[in-house]
Order: sequence, then structure tokens, then C-alpha cells
Amino acid sequence: MATMALRPTADIVRRQVVDRTMGALLCLSAIVALTPLALVIGYVLANGLAGINLDLLTKLPKPVGELGGGMANAFLGTLIVILLASIMGVPIGMLAGIFLSEMGNNHFASVLRFLTDVLTGVPSIVIGIVAYTLIVVPMHSFSALAGGVALALIMIPVVTRTTEEALRRVPQSLREASLGLGVLEWKTTLFVVVPSGIGGIVTGIMLAVARISGETAPLLFTAFGSRFWPDGLNKPIAAAPLQIFQYAVAPYKDWHSQAWAAAFLLMLLILGLNIGVRVVTRTGFQRIR
Amino acid sequence: MAAAIPAAPRKVLPLLGAANFHDRIFRGVVVCFGAIALLAIIFVIVGAMVEQSVVSVNTFGLNFIWGQNWDPVKRQFGALPFIYGTVVSSFIALLVATPISIGVAIFAVEMAPPWLGNTISVVVELLAAIPSVLLGLWGIFVMIPFLQTTVEPWFIDRFPNVPLFQGPPYGVGLLAGGLILAIMVTPTIVAISRDVMLAVPISQREAMLALGATNWEATARAVLPYCRSGLLGAIMLGMGRAVGETMAVTMVIGNRADISASLFHPSYTMASVIANEFTEATYDLYVSALVEVGLVLFVVTVLMNAAARLLVWSTAQSSQQLGAL
Amino acid sequence: MKLTGAGSTFDFPLFTKVFDAWGKKTGGQVNYQSVGSGAGIEQLTKKTVDFGASDAIMTADQEKAVGAPVVHLPVTLGAVAVGYNLPGVKDIKLDPDTLAGIYLGTIKSWDDPKIVALNPSLKLPKTAIAPVERSDGSGTTYIFTNYLSAVSPAWKSKVGADTSVKWPVGIGGKGSEGVAGQTSQTPGGIGYFELAYAKQNNIATVVMKNQAGKFVPPSVAGATAAAAGAAANMPADGKAIIVNAPGDTAYPISGFSWILSYKDLPDATKGKALLDLFKYTTTSGQQFAQDLSYAPLPSAVQTVDAKIVSSLTIAGKAQ
Repeated sequence: MATMALRPTADIVRRQVVDRTMGALLCLSAIVALTPLALVIGYVLANGLAGINLDLLTKLPKPVGELGGGMANAFLGTLIVILLASIMGVPIGMLAGIFLSEMGNNHFASVLRFLTDVLTGVPSIVIGIVAYTLIVVPMHSFSALAGGVALALIMIPVVTRTTEEALRRVPQSLREASLGLGVLEWKTTLFVVVPSGIGGIVTGIMLAVARISGETAPLLFTAFGSRFWPDGLNKPIAAAPLQIFQYAVAPYKDWHSQAWAAAFLLMLLILGLNIGVRVVTRTGFQRIR
Repeated sequence: MAAAIPAAPRKVLPLLGAANFHDRIFRGVVVCFGAIALLAIIFVIVGAMVEQSVVSVNTFGLNFIWGQNWDPVKRQFGALPFIYGTVVSSFIALLVATPISIGVAIFAVEMAPPWLGNTISVVVELLAAIPSVLLGLWGIFVMIPFLQTTVEPWFIDRFPNVPLFQGPPYGVGLLAGGLILAIMVTPTIVAISRDVMLAVPISQREAMLALGATNWEATARAVLPYCRSGLLGAIMLGMGRAVGETMAVTMVIGNRADISASLFHPSYTMASVIANEFTEATYDLYVSALVEVGLVLFVVTVLMNAAARLLVWSTAQSSQQLGAL
Repeated sequence: MKLTGAGSTFDFPLFTKVFDAWGKKTGGQVNYQSVGSGAGIEQLTKKTVDFGASDAIMTADQEKAVGAPVVHLPVTLGAVAVGYNLPGVKDIKLDPDTLAGIYLGTIKSWDDPKIVALNPSLKLPKTAIAPVERSDGSGTTYIFTNYLSAVSPAWKSKVGADTSVKWPVGIGGKGSEGVAGQTSQTPGGIGYFELAYAKQNNIATVVMKNQAGKFVPPSVAGATAAAAGAAANMPADGKAIIVNAPGDTAYPISGFSWILSYKDLPDATKGKALLDLFKYTTTSGQQFAQDLSYAPLPSAVQTVDAKIVSSLTIAGKAQ
């Protein structure tokens, strides 16, 4: 009846006010959460762009106190260490992911899956200690190899889980069709299942690469850093995040501006990989970890 | 890390009883270089940490955890200041980040239209992709001066006798560490909370709305209590991340092994002391003590992560069962 | 020829210049990591570097841990400046009491009566003092704390002198670079680091009261004057501490810095290059010292250096 519903009771008004207020607060929290991202990206852009020049990418660091020079060795070092880590980490990670996905219907695999997830949460500095103990001490030297091993240890659990997730998304009918046609199991896996899931696998690998390219803590006492071109895999090597750290805590203004510029490039790489990979494969809007 | 529970795995390649020789080789390779390698890595990590810290464990025993005195010169190693610094800075981080993160998750899942909700969660995940050292760089040159010149003096002037706000406005310190950690754990909590909330069956929410609840009431009384343990799991995963963070915290925490009630006092976390002192541990006991700090950190993170994942898993499990109704 | 060294941040500015010049002359390359004297000693012990550098004299325990005899080669001499961050306030004077008080935590504010008494002409603000110290094992700390122990009985009993001590107050910075950075960025900050860092970053430095009662700023001349007495009586092993030295113009917080090397250089080719590097650093390399605010080695010290270098053996054979 029309007359009854015209005037809301005080109770209903109160509840609607609460509803509106909470809605506004939630909206506010979204803005607050995104503000640091905007601030960090903004500052890195503003301070970094000013310091970008060709020298940064082509020259070696100058002796302390002298202006100029660049971080070419650090960028090259990052590339080398990432390559090392990927060579070691991607095959193992992919194989483990294949195991968990295709052979993983037993208790052993469940436990392994759980342990892998927990492994992704191990602090990277602890991984650095392990790599130091395993590689640096017996070799009596800091080395690119030790840095690569440390980053590989971080990469493997991530690649394992993303590979497994990607292969799980491959429809079961594909496997059954292949087997039904008489294709052997190993060929089915390698030539049917994996290529089907390759988008998700590559996405996972790229995201893992993006993550390790920014890691500093495990490199502190493995790769150690250097002011020269890389000298061999068994010698210390510079790396971009490491150099940024050393320059940031130093008092030289020149180093600070180089640090911002290098940060800009590093961020470009990492955010570029993250966004690019998700956009291109379109699988990224689901959870990829 | 996948947030949702794994779906029932398919039986394509049974572990044992292969018919074909090539299949057996393939399975052998996968098991060997995949599964066994992964297991080996886990054992190697645990083994290396335990082996290196044996000397320290034997020397100090449980006093290591309670001892307040970290003195490499006098060969006394007590890790309490670092445990304190880690716990307090993580606590501050969670205090600040939890309401905001869960708020964002609720907003993205329940209140915003799907395109906005998805965009927000992708953008928040981008925040997770920013390396620790870059956040630390921003922290040193932007956040610290702000704290030094604006925030801390304000508190010190207005509350001169409150123990929480004592001391010169260094800028670096527990508060700075806590705030930067808050920025770093927000994406983790948002992501897991979002997953957990998405797993709540829509029927729960719809039932509330049908009974005349407002949007907020439906969320607060139907959705949130349903995924309570999952949200707790999200917070614990956030705490796990906060505890293990190294670079950003090292750059803003002040590097001082002290226990003080003041938020503005410089402090030290377990990860920071390892980062700063590892390359200078000049004798075995020192190295062993630092590795033991690392072992404590490792154990704490692993336990927290394991418990958190079980919580999240159990929420998803129960909602799957209910959702099938 | 590639050589690696690690250690003192005190020496870092000088070393990069000297090693760069040596590299241009000989085609060799020296990768020196400025990680602090403590870390340098550790790397030498673990044999992960060819030579170390330290402003702290190794203890008997540390020398034993290396397993092989080690020599201390004095390569430079410098002043540990006490820098501070108080815009507009120039040339603050401090004496041993006030400096010890600041680092003991008993003097907390820049307008403390004791500081005002020493600086009647300066307008000192009410800013809190924010002491900055080394968080890593440091030879610069060694020199600084040796000085404080020599002039303050309270400091000696409460804290003592070493490369790493339990500081009563203050925040930690990594390396001289870290301390200089923190000091210059924190309002009211005060920190200790080699003079080169103060000059390169325009950090104002404290004028210290020396043993003779005169106020002396940190400088090359001040360090040279401090070393004058010790140079004449330099022991054959090169180990000498010169804090709180007598003399009107002596700067009281000065110290030598040493390259640490195995007495027997294990590798033949590397050994020859190392000998050449050591000789260059202690002779022609000294030309770069003055510009970078280090004191050139007194000739008496260079004589001792030459003797130490010629006593080194390569792979068991004398030179």
C-alpha cells in the first residue's frame, strides 16, 4: 500500500547512513592503498628521468668523489646473473611443475606442493646465507655463480607453482584425445599438454625473472658487487639493485642521482615485464603467483 | 603461490607401473630432476642453516633468544633486540596495513563494478612487484625527510612525556620501518583477502540482501564472518612477508641493537643485522650467531606461512563444499 | 693482471685514485671493495681477497686466525673529522669532555651549557643531538674510540676501544659513506669519518681541543703534526697509534691506515704485481694524498715501508 512505505523509519535511515559511510571509507581505503604506488612511481620517474643519460648505460663507475661515470657493469651483471639463475632454475622448476600437475595425485605430491608454497615465503636473505655456505666458502671467493645459485633457489618454487597451475588449466579432454589416438604418455605430455599451457608457463617464468631482477639481499654476500666489468663467473660481479643500494646509502649527491636513474630503468624493466606479460597472454588477470 | 586450493589432479601419468620404456625414462627424468631436486633444495636449505648455526646454538643455548646483549667485540650474542625490532615493526605494519588492505579487498570485490575491481587488484599487485631496494630508495629520500621534519617533531612537541614519542627526530627508526613494511604487505593481504572473498558462495550475500540488508550489512554479516579464517590467513601471510623483508627495512630502520619503547628510536631487525654484519663476521662464532639469527627468522617465517596457508585452504575447502549445495 | 682487495672505508677515496693511476701505468686492475676494516680482515683470513686494508691494528687472535704471518704496511695517514649538520653554525668547538659526553648520551642538545661555554660567539639552536656511528666493523671507529678512551676515563670503562663497540646512543651507518650520508641528512646530526668524506660532501667539521689545549680543525697539516712524533720512532712492524698526540698543531683524532698482506705471497705472478702495487702506493702514489685530504707519509715511515715490502716473499722465495 503506497502510504505505508513513504517515510523510512529512523532505524532504516541509520542503517543507510552506515552503509553510505562505510562505502565512502572503503573507497578511501582503496585510494590510500594506491597512493604509495603512485608516489613511488612518481618520484622514481621524476628523479630518475633527470639522471638518465647514455653514460649510465655505457660507462664504468668512476673513482670515488669524481663525477660522472655510469653503471654499465651493473646492468650487464644483472643480465648475467639472471641468465645463470634461469638456466638453473627454469628447467628444474618446469620439471617439478610437470610432476605436480601430471603425476601429482598422491600424498607425496600434496606434501611437496605444500612445501613448495612455503618455500616461496622463505626470506631472500636466508637464501643468501645458504648460497654463501654452499658456494662462496668452498670457492674462497664471491662469484657470479653464487649469485646465480641464490636467485635460482628463489626462482624454482615460483616457476614450479606457475607451471603446475598453467598445466592444470589445460583441459583433460586434450590429454584423453591424444592418448586415445595412441600417442605415448611422454609424447602427450611434452608435445600436447605443455605446448597448450605454454602461455601460462612463460608468463610464470617472466614474472619470476621480474622478481629476481630486483632482489638485492641474496646478492649482498654472493655476487658481492664490483666496480669493473665482469671478470668470470667465479669472480664478484656487479648487479643493478646492489649498486643502487650502495649508492643510496652513500653521501655523494652524484651517486644518488645515478641511483634514481638506475632505479627508473630497473622499474621500467620489472613493471614492463609484469604488465606486458599479462596483457599479451591475457592469462594474467587471474591469480598468477 | 596459488591462493585457491588445487583442484583434484588428473591421473595421466601414474607414478608407478609404466608400460613403455620411453615413458619410464620420461617419468624418471621428471621425478628425478623435478620432484627430487625440489625436495633436495628444501633439505639443503634447512641443512645448511642448521649446520652453520650449531656452534652458536651450543654456546648460548636458549639464552640466545632472551639475551639483550649483542656484542661481537666481547663475543656475547643475544638476539632479543632483533626479535623485538622485527616483531614491533611487523606489528606496526599490520596495524596500519590490515584495515586498509581488507578495505580495498572489500571495495574491489563487493562494492565496485567488476572492471574497476579487477583493475584495482591488478594495480595493487604491481605494488608487490616493486623491488624492496627501490622502496628503500624512496624511503630514504622521500619518507624519512618527511618524518624527520614534519611528522616526528609534531608528535614530540605535542606529547613530550609519552614514552612512545621520545627521542630526537631521527626520521629513521621503528616507525619508519613499520610504515615501509605496511606498504609492502598491503598487496599480499589484498590479494589473498580478495581470493578468499571471491570464494564465498554468492548465495550467502543474496540471502542477506533478500532479507532487506544494506550492502554493507550483507558484507559485514554474511561475507566477512564466512571467510574469517581465510582473512586471518591473509593477515598471517602478510606478517610472514613483513618479518622476512630485508632491504627496504635496512635502509630506514636506524641500525641500532636496542630495545626502547619509543617509536622514533632507531632499531634493528633480524634480517637487517644479517645484511649489515654478515660480511664482517671475522670469526666462526660470529658467523654462527648470525646464521642462528637467520635460522630463527627462517623457522618463524615457515611456521607462519604454513599456518596461514592451512587457514586459507580450510576456508576455500569449506566454501567449496557449501557452494556445491 | 687483476687483483682484489677489501677493507677500510677510510682509505677508499685515496685507493680508488691511486689504484686507478697504477692501473693506467701498468695495465693492471685492482678491484677494491670498501666494506670496512672488519670485513677486510675477515676476507683476508678467508683468503677471498689478495690484500686487506684496515685502520685498526689486528689483534693477536685475528693474526692467529689467518694461519700465515701477516704484515701491516702503513700506506696513509689521515684525520678523522667529526662532522655535524647545523645549517648556519660554523666551526663549532668541542673538547674531549663534550665529545665523550655527546657519544655517551649525557649531553643531548646542541645548546647544552657545556657546548655553549666553549662557543660563546655562536648562536646554538635548541636542536637535539643525533649521534651517528659505524654499524659495521671499522678502523675509523678504532681510531675514534681509541681517542675517546685516551681522553675520557668514563668512556674507557663504559665502552672501550675497538673496531666495533656497544654504542650507548646514536644510529648506525654502514661504512664512512653511510655515516657521512646520515649525518648530512639528519638535522642536528653528528658523526665521525675520514676528512675526505667531509670535504667531498661539504659537511661542516668540529674544531677539537688537543692535548696542548689548542683548538685544531681536522686537516692534512694537523694529521702530519700528530704523526711527527710517532714517525721518528716508527717500529719496524709499522704499528703505531697516534691519537691525542702532543704538539700545538696536532689534530688529536688522527691515525695511520695499513694495507694488510700475507708475508708470503702465494701466487708468483700475482705476487710480483702486488709488490709493485705496494711499492707504488707507498711512494709515487702519495702524490694524490694531499688533494684528497690525506697526509703524505713522512719519509721516516716510507723507509720502514720499504723495509717491510722487501721482507715479503713470493711463493716461499725471497725477492
